[in-house]
Amino acid sequence: MSGKLSRASLNGFLNYGLVAAVFLIVQAMRAGGHVSNSLNGQLVPICAYICMAVSLNLTVGVLGELSLGHAGFMGVGAFSGVVAAVSLTNVVPSAGLRLLAAILVGGILAGIAGFLVGVPVLRLRGDYLAIVTLAFGEIIKNIVNCLYVGVDSSGLHIGMTNSNALGLAEGGKVIMNGPMGATGVPKLSTFFAGFLLVLFTLAVVQNLVQSRAGRAIMAIRDNRIAAESVGISITRYKLTAFITSAILAGMAGALFAMNYSTVVAKKFDFNTSILVLVFVVLGGMGNIRGSIIAATVLTILPELLRAFSDYRMLVYAIVLILVMLTTNNPQFRGLVARLLPHRREGDSDGSGKEVGSHE
Amino acid sequence: MSKMVPLPTNSIIPERDLDKIPVLETRHLGIDFGGLTAVDEFNLTIGRTEIAGLIGPNGAGKTTVFNLLTKVYQPTRGTILLDGKETSGMSTVQVNQAGIARTFQNIRLFSSLTVEENVKIGLHNQVKYRTVSGLLRLPSYWNQEKIAHERALELLSIFNMEDLAGHRAGSLPYGAQRRLEIVRALATNPSLLLLDEPAAGMNPSETAELMENITKIRDTFQIAIMLIEHDMNLVMGICEGICVLNYGRIIAKGTADEIKRNPVVIEAYLGKKKEG
Repeated sequence: MSGKLSRASLNGFLNYGLVAAVFLIVQAMRAGGHVSNSLNGQLVPICAYICMAVSLNLTVGVLGELSLGHAGFMGVGAFSGVVAAVSLTNVVPSAGLRLLAAILVGGILAGIAGFLVGVPVLRLRGDYLAIVTLAFGEIIKNIVNCLYVGVDSSGLHIGMTNSNALGLAEGGKVIMNGPMGATGVPKLSTFFAGFLLVLFTLAVVQNLVQSRAGRAIMAIRDNRIAAESVGISITRYKLTAFITSAILAGMAGALFAMNYSTVVAKKFDFNTSILVLVFVVLGGMGNIRGSIIAATVLTILPELLRAFSDYRMLVYAIVLILVMLTTNNPQFRGLVARLLPHRREGDSDGSGKEVGSHE
Repeated sequence: MSKMVPLPTNSIIPERDLDKIPVLETRHLGIDFGGLTAVDEFNLTIGRTEIAGLIGPNGAGKTTVFNLLTKVYQPTRGTILLDGKETSGMSTVQVNQAGIARTFQNIRLFSSLTVEENVKIGLHNQVKYRTVSGLLRLPSYWNQEKIAHERALELLSIFNMEDLAGHRAGSLPYGAQRRLEIVRALATNPSLLLLDEPAAGMNPSETAELMENITKIRDTFQIAIMLIEHDMNLVMGICEGICVLNYGRIIAKGTADEIKRNPVVIEAYLGKKKEG
């Protein structure tokens, strides 16, 4: 725009650069054999969790609505992605294209789920979204636990009783086996695919935030009544943000699932939703780079803490608390502000307080 | 100021607006909250380029009238005609798109966003492109964003606020926040601008400047402005038609001179003279 980049787009490019740099460094380290086996196995999950955190930040940080069922959308994407990948085995021989198809199917189905959840709930004011998404995550987990899906030459078979009742023809394959989850998942995900999905997620969220729709979404967060008074349709833009967030979570879910040979519904339960929410809160609401860093560090941390064996989760919790205490410390913030003098003028108080808005 | 002429509906509008459809006409407008009648029998006509004042003691129902006009509250009875068209059944969003913009008594800015972004949000329905174009950064995104940027700076220049474009709205001084709210409302391209206590918290020199700017906005954009204000210098100085509200009912309508002399108005503000 007129030769000069805005601070927001500069920040966006920095995020792409950061992700690309880390990717190249890790690839170089892997080529040199400097990456441990456990970390190597974590690379794809880290990418998936970064996508989860960035997409949840769109709902929680940018739109300002609390969602406690983000893992539910991840689960929808994961299982629909697996079904798509397995059923396309003979049709699409290329692993990369099959992964792409799985990610797209996962994103679309999660988006439909997001639409169904969002339409009734986002019309309401207050914390209803948190309650409904919490229930949604549990419902998805329970549905998957009694869902049987198989594929044979005549197409997909879906049942709710057991795998024998699917009536698969000779040579048919059971993809989802109720409580056993999806078994025999093709391991299509690669670190490179994860890297591309992270870039894609970043591009979608950052471009959305810096557009007309993104400004409308942030206007709703900052002041709903004022947003209405300047002619912004509240429900429409809440839905835009929420569905986009759900689609991206579904894509991350498909990537995540295709990294394991067996995927069970328990991987996408309430704990995972809270874990992703912790990434977002710790990284900072609306702060995309914070989400990336928090998701990476907090996924690696439990592995690094293996030395503490039984006390692992205890130490993990203490680290979390310490990070929150220090980042909220005024002296620490002052230090950061001095180290980063390029911050926007008049932004140093860091408070979003509104003058004269007593109600 | 042009001469004020009476209409058959017992309202007065400027003579220059006589041959045009009034920007606003309310008939028997009223609202009840439970058993409490907050506003009743509110009949008012505003000319196309009029600056109108709405005054009255605290709790008279002035802001409630604004909330009725902008459909924050749905009226219990009566009709509102905007440019001669009824607004019944419309939402706040639709009323804004039909031409009413407002500011708020307790400032409601998008305080974590920049001054420029606040104005661009006001331009939401003026500068349009599809969400997909924004995601893919298609040419229409760049074109329209450029137009929005230029238009925002142009609007900010009314109050000489272009230099503040990059500042966070919440960090502005109080007077500048009030001015920004007016700019944001103007950005929605209204035909009627409602200002709720625009001079509250301003010092006398800021108020004098605001008076000039309100007149300038009316002259430049050829729109009608209706304002609620307690600063009588401002009201008597720039308002052509003044409407006085007390206990939710109109007790007087007229020009500044007529209102100043009206014994009912004086009683509403100062109380009744003791007998004897």
